[in-house]
Amino acid sequence: MIRVSNLSKAFGAKTVLRDVSFECLAGTVTCLLGPSGSGKSTVLRCINGLERMDGGDIHVGEIRVAPESLPSVRRRVAMVFQRFNLFPHRSVLENVLEGPVQVLERPEQDAREEAMAILERVGMADFAHMRPTRLSGGQQQRVGIARALAMRPEAILFDEPTSALDPERVGEVLAVMRELAEEGMSMVVVTHEIDFAREVGDQVIFMDEGVVVEQGPAQAVLTDPQAPRTRLFLDRVLRPF
Amino acid sequence: MNFEGFATDLVLFAPVLFKGFGVTVLLTLSALPLSLVLGLALAMARLSPVPLLRAAAVGFIGIVRGIPIIVQLFCVYFVLPELGINLVPFAAGVLGLGVAYSAYQAENFRAGFEAVDRHLLEAGRSLGMSERLIFRRVTLPLGLRTALPTFGNTTVMLLKDSSIASTITIAELTRAGQLLAISTFKNGEVYIMVGMLYLLASLPLAAAVRFMEKRFATT
Repeated sequence: MIRVSNLSKAFGAKTVLRDVSFECLAGTVTCLLGPSGSGKSTVLRCINGLERMDGGDIHVGEIRVAPESLPSVRRRVAMVFQRFNLFPHRSVLENVLEGPVQVLERPEQDAREEAMAILERVGMADFAHMRPTRLSGGQQQRVGIARALAMRPEAILFDEPTSALDPERVGEVLAVMRELAEEGMSMVVVTHEIDFAREVGDQVIFMDEGVVVEQGPAQAVLTDPQAPRTRLFLDRVLRPF
Repeated sequence: MNFEGFATDLVLFAPVLFKGFGVTVLLTLSALPLSLVLGLALAMARLSPVPLLRAAAVGFIGIVRGIPIIVQLFCVYFVLPELGINLVPFAAGVLGLGVAYSAYQAENFRAGFEAVDRHLLEAGRSLGMSERLIFRRVTLPLGLRTALPTFGNTTVMLLKDSSIASTITIAELTRAGQLLAISTFKNGEVYIMVGMLYLLASLPLAAAVRFMEKRFATT
């Protein structure tokens, strides 16, 4: 579904990604783990063209990601952001309708019905006419997921979707993501939630300082990491003190 | 100044001053849309990816802001006829004030647009929106909200600066007051009334801005 080959990226003189390669198969969940600044989010942003890559290739299906292919890439791959990035001047429902109506130019009535069904699915139908700023972080993020789903994407990129949430609100978002995974959505998830990666992830990519340190089946990497750096990271995350 | 006679003067001067007041309001309300349309175009040119457009907008704004409004009005009223363009005083006033204020409006728009959270632009891009669509659906509505208070401010300034149009023979409020004062020698009475009428006109503007801020709040 998404194939990243030898991806490289630098901000000025600073190299943030070097030779990153992995493949997310259709219907599977790939989790990108690693310390802050390891380049995980940048990988995600390169996949849907929010950042330009400096070297390597990314393919979404048979499409090669390039400035001229971005419109078709973005129709296939939706994104969910750490800080939700909902449009504050539009209601929950309008946020979800924005993509289908403005970009896909679907008839408003059809789109509206589907949007309500999607909001129902993420448990936000009762809030359809509220402004996002009135909602809790967890609720806003579920709207963010609904907005992504409304594009009928083949894959969804999640950029630390629970990092800005109250600890109590993390579960409701992860539950929605788990359901999506069980329904066969292809997902690439940047996260610090090790339990989510182990239980829901099919594949784990562990990154540090812009390179892939270790990758493999989620269970294997997270229960028996081979690289010392992965072991150290998991040790610190799972037993902070 | 004779305070006992103030009430009598008020009644006596009111018709003349109200007529001038009407012209002032009309002048302001005519120049305002022109300044907004031109200002929006200038702001969009300033933020455009085309370097030539950007440079033209920056140059135009710089020139217009650097020249006193009274000189700009003289240019429209006295210089344009030499080029074969004759405007009646009121039209010259609207054109001069509208162009002069477009530079300020452009900066209001630009400040509003640039204050829009860039993460929201990324959200738009991730939905596959074109830059044009993002401008129309995200930057414009949110930027206008941010700029609302400064628009109110600029409109009050425009109202007051419309008094400069008195110099090109437009019989607006200040001009009406001037003529009254000269013919009656009652400077105090006349200018107090003139000042109060300007104040009176600016109050509903402030209220309108407050109303719109509430109406379009994002919370």
